[in-house]
Amino acid sequence: MRKLIVFFFSYIIWSLLAWPFDPATGEVFWLNIFVGLFAAGFVALLFDELFFERHSKVVNPLSYFWFLIYLPVFSYYCLLANIDVMYRAIHPSLPIKPGIVKIRTSLESNSGITALANSITLTPGTLTVDVDMENKLLYVHWINVQSTDIDEATEMIAGRFERILRRIFE
Amino acid sequence: MTVFDFFYLILLACIFLCLYRIGRGPSVPDRIVAVDILGVVIVGFCGVLSIDTGQDFYMIVGISWALVGFIASLALAKHLEGKSFDE
Amino acid sequence: MSETAGLIIVFIGLIFDFFGCFGLVRFPDVFNRVQAATKCVTIGTCFILLGVVVYLGFGAIGIKSLIAMVFIVITTPTAAHAISRAAYLSGVELADQTVVDQYAEDLDDIREKR
Repeated sequence: MRKLIVFFFSYIIWSLLAWPFDPATGEVFWLNIFVGLFAAGFVALLFDELFFERHSKVVNPLSYFWFLIYLPVFSYYCLLANIDVMYRAIHPSLPIKPGIVKIRTSLESNSGITALANSITLTPGTLTVDVDMENKLLYVHWINVQSTDIDEATEMIAGRFERILRRIFE
Repeated sequence: MTVFDFFYLILLACIFLCLYRIGRGPSVPDRIVAVDILGVVIVGFCGVLSIDTGQDFYMIVGISWALVGFIASLALAKHLEGKSFDE
Repeated sequence: MSETAGLIIVFIGLIFDFFGCFGLVRFPDVFNRVQAATKCVTIGTCFILLGVVVYLGFGAIGIKSLIAMVFIVITTPTAAHAISRAAYLSGVELADQTVVDQYAEDLDDIREKR
């Protein structure tokens, strides 16, 4: 099952990159299709365990629905982050107050924690430095420290993403 | 001077700022970050070039550059951390 | 119409790119530089590639630039994370303005586990 899903996604990416139809004449390049099938099968046989642990979430349409909700929320905070950092870079006196704080996470799966860490890195003034998988702690570099208390910092940095990410990945 | 010449000038300014950090970075991680960011700026350059010329191989160069630059940054970071590449 | 919109989106992306690189030069230590550069340059390059899609439509170039956008959004934060951890563990000093460092308190435990 897992191998099939990896095969499916890698073949879609291959055919988008090397489009096997000639748009002008409608001719089909069979060699292109066969090489793609071979390469996607090879990837699926060798590297399937690198991508995800359980297949129940990948075939579940509800998690795609929550992913579509997540995208605009994420884009909004991403734009805010950029305007904030641009303001700090242009300002003549560099108004920064950096520090490294600890936050807690309640996500369980590897892909969920990866998505949370990447979201934190792309949003206002924060950058994930290290992840402690056993104690579920994230160490976050904050460009403008507002709170050093672990619960308050968790709510301010990760709270807005965790609720949606839990529905996507858990 | 077309609008694309203006775009190339801004991108060249970005590239020279990155090169300044690569040359002057006081520590090794500064230089690695600057090389990584230079790669992403060059992907943007490939996008502007593909609009200007209408050729799709610039985008293929961009995709390859993004992936190879990512692997290079990870390898340099692991090397700096003093670990083997397996972890 | 879509050509003008595409050029405007590309221009917004170029502005973000420029200020990201400006921040890379201006901020005082590695972590602040990673923050500014990663955020602004990632979103700037995404805007440029989105402008390519708006300008040319979903042709051969548009699809490839969408794929490049997904790759960049996934890979750049991961690389920034790896570089910042390597920088901390290899002993780079934090800037003078730093107010708190809770990573240093747990550093012995983390080294022991690895």
